[in-house]
Amino acid sequence: MTAQTLAQKLVAKAAGRSTVTPGEIVTCKVDLAMMHDSGGPRRVKPMLERLGAKLWDPSKVVVITDHYVPEFDEQSRKILKIARDWVKEAGVANFYDNQGICHVVLPERGHLKPGMFAIGGDSHSPTGGAFAAYMFGVGATELLGVLVTGEIWLKVPHTIAMDFSGRFAAGVCAKDVMLHLIGRFGMDGGQYQAVEYRGEAIRALPMQERMTLCNMAAELGAQTGLVASDAVTKEYLGFDVETWTGDEKANYLEEHKFKAAELAPQVAAPHSPANTRDVKAFETTEINLAYIGACTGAKLEDLRMAARVLKNRKSRVKLLVAPASLRDQQTAEKEGTLKVLMDAGAELLPNSCGACAGYGGALFGDDVVAISSTARNFKGRMGSTKAQVYLGSPYTVAASAVAGRIADPREMLA
Amino acid sequence: MKAWVFGDNLDTDMLAPGRYMKFPIEEIAKHCLESVSPDFSKNVQKGDCVVAGRNFGCGSSREQAPEALRLLGVSALVAPSFAGLFYRNCFNLGLPAIVCPDAKRIRQGDLLEISYEGKIKNKTTGETYACEPIPDHLQTLVRDGGLLPHLEKRLKRA
Repeated sequence: MTAQTLAQKLVAKAAGRSTVTPGEIVTCKVDLAMMHDSGGPRRVKPMLERLGAKLWDPSKVVVITDHYVPEFDEQSRKILKIARDWVKEAGVANFYDNQGICHVVLPERGHLKPGMFAIGGDSHSPTGGAFAAYMFGVGATELLGVLVTGEIWLKVPHTIAMDFSGRFAAGVCAKDVMLHLIGRFGMDGGQYQAVEYRGEAIRALPMQERMTLCNMAAELGAQTGLVASDAVTKEYLGFDVETWTGDEKANYLEEHKFKAAELAPQVAAPHSPANTRDVKAFETTEINLAYIGACTGAKLEDLRMAARVLKNRKSRVKLLVAPASLRDQQTAEKEGTLKVLMDAGAELLPNSCGACAGYGGALFGDDVVAISSTARNFKGRMGSTKAQVYLGSPYTVAASAVAGRIADPREMLA
Repeated sequence: MKAWVFGDNLDTDMLAPGRYMKFPIEEIAKHCLESVSPDFSKNVQKGDCVVAGRNFGCGSSREQAPEALRLLGVSALVAPSFAGLFYRNCFNLGLPAIVCPDAKRIRQGDLLEISYEGKIKNKTTGETYACEPIPDHLQTLVRDGGLLPHLEKRLKRA
């Protein structure tokens, strides 16, 4: 049998085939469809009604509110009411209301496992690839198609391998990896293919760090990001899982090799995540806001990184922390991580997409110069088109908050 | 059709700005591309096309990005490359997205004639550009007016 990459194996399984070839178009059976309040019920309900159709399998549907929670005006209240009413009408039991951001809540509540083929109504859905599941984002109409038929078409992707040998230095993490890759290969470097992260340094990363890698496959322009499953996957999920890996002799479109230890903390300047350089290039940039939030930058592991820097230190600027899920926030509280952040002067925001989506509350004003652990710094995305948003890891955001300017976290961890 | 020309990485936040996402599509469309071309939504005419650089539509899964263009009357999108998710969204709405390596030769206001079999004629300059042919299953979506009418047809037949 022809050697297959992890992506090919996952797609072949969903297509009911033994092997698939990159470039061919196949129809896949979907194991799970996730949606949130913005792209979900509000958009698909009228279309389902027009078709007079029912869900192909309500048990395979997960709805999570995260974009418009907490409600802040008439429109957001309306959007959330539609979601809450619709899950009842449609018989969707997997409904997580106000529990955190969908990409974090989904695996946290055990909905993902290796070998699955899943779609999500959000561009950061590749996050699920961290669990060796093939998961990618779709728009509302395509989501509707899946809800009605349980199927979706796919052009079998090539795989681009990103191989990291050795270990990352202290103060360097998955966010730095992604900002570096996006800076080097561009926002279309992923060519809408699959990107697989591998090597000793990747194996050493905890699950939520692997999620950050796959999450930002979106900004790299890949259809999905993948990490093979292993003991770390199994331990996070808390149940036995199949091991899903690519064949050793599989063909890759590109194979890039990196020495993990050589990577420095990375910062992306306004207004593109591809506008990346080593943190040292920005050390004279003064900031007046530090934001730790989003699925990519405020999970428990991210909060822990920020706390390692902020322990016994104070932020000189406004420091906003929006933990990515309620459960992560509760764990952070129990273990003392949250107290470190609060003692440093952090203001706690709701467990939602918040300013990262730029859909509602807590938007950045004209005079804001921020460093943020989020994924995108497109012009105007987080508020005013005049706001300047730099992207960095939770370590770098925390160090910059302490310094009042963009700062190298390695010096504060020593 | 008249061409409206934009640069590389034209993102979904420019097409459908986040702060308007809570409103119906009619309101979002009024703000489509306002951060890069303030009068676009007022001046774009039915049948015009939008030409952009590499990675057209990068960013969010928000379908309101191509939906706003469709509502404003835009009939086709042309670029040397599209962000994959956006590309799928366009066809799901029945809006053809045409991959044209020479798209950079097209200037603001040029009059184009597009054939879906893989050719763009620039009537202003006299040039002809080769394009990637649209795959069959996506041509079907364009013919049916998008995935929703396509499913409607399929369900009726079943």
